[in-house]
Amino acid sequence: MDHISPVLWQFLQKWLTHFPLFPPEASKIAPQVDALFYFMVLVSLIGLTIVILLIVGFSILYSQKRHPQAVQIEGSTLLEATWTIIPLGLFLVMFVWGALIYFRVYTPPANAMNIYVVGKQWMWKVEHPGGQHEIDMLHIPVGQPIQLTLISQDVFHSFSIPAFRVKREAIPGRYNTVWFEATRTGTFHFFCTQYCGTDHSKMIGEVVVMTPDDYKKWLAGSTSGDSLAQNGERLFASLSCNACHNARPDARGPNLANVYNARLTLSDGQTVTADDAYLRQAILNPSQHITQGYAPIMPTYQGQVSEEGVIALIEYIKHLDSDYRIQQTLNTTELLPDSEGGKSAPASLAPAAQKETKP
Amino acid sequence: MSAATIISLPDQSTARIPKVNFLTKENGLLSWLLTTDHKRIATLYLISITFFFFIGGALAGLIRLELLTPQTTLMAADTYNKVFTMHGVIMVFFFLVPSVPATIGNFLIPMMIGAKDLALPRINLLSWYLYMIAGCMAIYTMAAGGVDTGWTFTTPLSTHYLNTHVISTGLAIFVAGFSSIFTGLNFIVTIHKMRAPGMTWFRLPLFVWSNYAASILMVLGTPVLAITLVLVVLERTMHIGVFDPTYGGDPILFQHLFWFYSHPAVYIMILPGMGVISEVVSTFSRKRVFGYTAVAFSSVAIAIFGFFVWAHHMFIMGISNYAALVFSLLTMLVAVPSAIKIFNWAFTLYKGSITFETPMLYAFGFMGLFTIGGLTGVFLGTTGTDIHLTETYFVVAHFHFVMVGGMLMAFLSGIHFWWPKWTGRMYPEKISQLAAVVTYIGFNFTFFPQFILGMLGMPRRYAAYPPEFQALNVFSTAGATILGVGYLLPMLYLTWSLKYGEIAGDNPWQATGLEWQTQSPPLTENFAEIPIVDHEAYDYEWLEKQTAARQQQEVA
Repeated sequence: MDHISPVLWQFLQKWLTHFPLFPPEASKIAPQVDALFYFMVLVSLIGLTIVILLIVGFSILYSQKRHPQAVQIEGSTLLEATWTIIPLGLFLVMFVWGALIYFRVYTPPANAMNIYVVGKQWMWKVEHPGGQHEIDMLHIPVGQPIQLTLISQDVFHSFSIPAFRVKREAIPGRYNTVWFEATRTGTFHFFCTQYCGTDHSKMIGEVVVMTPDDYKKWLAGSTSGDSLAQNGERLFASLSCNACHNARPDARGPNLANVYNARLTLSDGQTVTADDAYLRQAILNPSQHITQGYAPIMPTYQGQVSEEGVIALIEYIKHLDSDYRIQQTLNTTELLPDSEGGKSAPASLAPAAQKETKP
Repeated sequence: MSAATIISLPDQSTARIPKVNFLTKENGLLSWLLTTDHKRIATLYLISITFFFFIGGALAGLIRLELLTPQTTLMAADTYNKVFTMHGVIMVFFFLVPSVPATIGNFLIPMMIGAKDLALPRINLLSWYLYMIAGCMAIYTMAAGGVDTGWTFTTPLSTHYLNTHVISTGLAIFVAGFSSIFTGLNFIVTIHKMRAPGMTWFRLPLFVWSNYAASILMVLGTPVLAITLVLVVLERTMHIGVFDPTYGGDPILFQHLFWFYSHPAVYIMILPGMGVISEVVSTFSRKRVFGYTAVAFSSVAIAIFGFFVWAHHMFIMGISNYAALVFSLLTMLVAVPSAIKIFNWAFTLYKGSITFETPMLYAFGFMGLFTIGGLTGVFLGTTGTDIHLTETYFVVAHFHFVMVGGMLMAFLSGIHFWWPKWTGRMYPEKISQLAAVVTYIGFNFTFFPQFILGMLGMPRRYAAYPPEFQALNVFSTAGATILGVGYLLPMLYLTWSLKYGEIAGDNPWQATGLEWQTQSPPLTENFAEIPIVDHEAYDYEWLEKQTAARQQQEVA
């Protein structure tokens, strides 16, 4: 056969053996998305077949040769109601089914392990809580819910892992989250899917899904020695944040211990939850976020801290209640609470000592 | 009410092109450039949008050639980005938006309602000039080095990060927007005020209904786009901080504003095309449109619901889960009127007396491809599947099925259908039937593989892609060459028919519309005397009686 057209033959052979028609299902949500997808394909095929059968059938039955006399019919309320209600019903089924999946994809479970991802022209920077950095790579363990907190340093990017059927926009100025749980080990592509300038098509990376043991080895092998929170601590000191945020009675800034996820009352009377997004705003745009009882004296850190820096600071503030060493540097005068080591911090953090100070 | 009618095509051997018609009334370039005749302005539009279509088409060809290989072989990534941006800008704003309304609509609406011209003929000419100014600005942009924002102008990419001709492109679209607002306004006033005696709203042809619905969208939607583009230009030049988060702006706001126009714009593009299909399907099955009222109101419903679904472009951008829920539900509702139309057209065929001239073939193509385009839209309107499919080639395939498979098929159907009215001559039937089939095959070859690419996860707007996507891209490019031939053929034989085509006569299809009851090409004032309308649209019994009466007269 290949003497006819070797090029064509090679091409066909290559295609048949190398090119998939469906992406792998590698996450917990993937089979659920695919089930809905195939349902919709089925409904579409039936709908399309009906339309084609009607057109072809009527064209044959009522062609001018066979049917020279057209019969003028005004319409039929019953028929029209049928093809209004049945498609509407089917669309509503798809709507509900889709919404269930949507809420699942965008509502991370409480036990998800958080990894920060910063998009920038034109690469993905991944920050693990243990201080591991990666560029255009993402190492994760299989069978563990992973939450990605995404932000962009410049323009819109979008983080897409087709094999997991998840995607989320990385937007400048705000955190977006998405989560997934990988179900099999392997290497899968991730893409930037939002057009972001010249090298948009080079923002391709790989997710490496590993067994928990391999993942532990990888964590140990690629750590720089400091956790993300410890990097934050260093940054906290170098920016002299502790000049005001030091928990002394006469401190000019609020005490940051236990502030993460606490309810705060601002100077304008508004109550907010001090989550990642709030803390980021309070660092970059402090004049809009003054805690009640404090003077608006904090300068903006816009342009002085990179998105990775902000992430490190937030991670540091998050751990101010649980990590002894970190709290020590912030506030050496405060006494240690009694209970020790009750809480299981992420394994990668490996702090010298742990404590429980939940109110 | 059901009655049998026999409509036979008239003898064309005795037909003559009338000496006085809108084409021959005045001569010289100035008589065209200063005309206020809606038919001449429509002709000017037809020539200009064809020009832009072939520029946009050439750019599409470059895109497909580049995607033949996984690496960037033909052009650098920057050039590729400029090429797909200009393809999008030109096809959307300089072809699809004005295509049916400004050409076929402009030509037909006054005739269909029995008027001498549009209500505001000078505004009509102004809107063509605005279109041409905008077009020149777009060409200038390309000549000066192009722009690479994508036609969606996503901020802050367009405002702070690109060093290309964003401002001139923005202004070109701004000006083109006014051209479209004026056309819409003109149609609305004309349809309200200029209907012939007896032409009530429910005697209007469905083409008029669908253009009316599209005009409402143009008038209400386009200003939002204009404002958005002005804000982009101000943000770019003066950093006013509306969209840029570092100045306290919100980039998501741009998405809301942009899609508030650009989603209804989809219906601006497709609704007039649906009007064409209603006319063509009725004429070639010699039967009134099944469920006239449902089809008319479904156009209005699409126009109304079309304004409330814009955020379905933003499901993955971080709008609240509940907002996504609401917009997804509304999107489902807007899908229903389109389904109604498809089934009503299909049942128009029932017990008709069908022939398969070129316009009908294109209309069948429209019905099939638009059904696929519409149903895949439901995949994207459903929140759960949208997460995986959005921003991939699935979206590209979906909107090309709607815009090219739907709108362009409708446009070509309309051009063939009204060609005899416009020029007084027939197009050559056999070769144009062939062209319709070639277009259909080429189209499916080009765009169907892209659905699979999208499901596999291939992102859109990639100059280079991982090699596992290559095979389907090769199919797509191969199909594009067939499609290209399908579009070049009409260009050639329609030009040929201007001189050598058979003479058509007044009503070669035996259609019922008022435009067919006057000479071809029509007089400048359309009708020798303003018709009085005493029958509904698509009343073939009326037509039968008319024809019989005329024959009797001739015998006597």
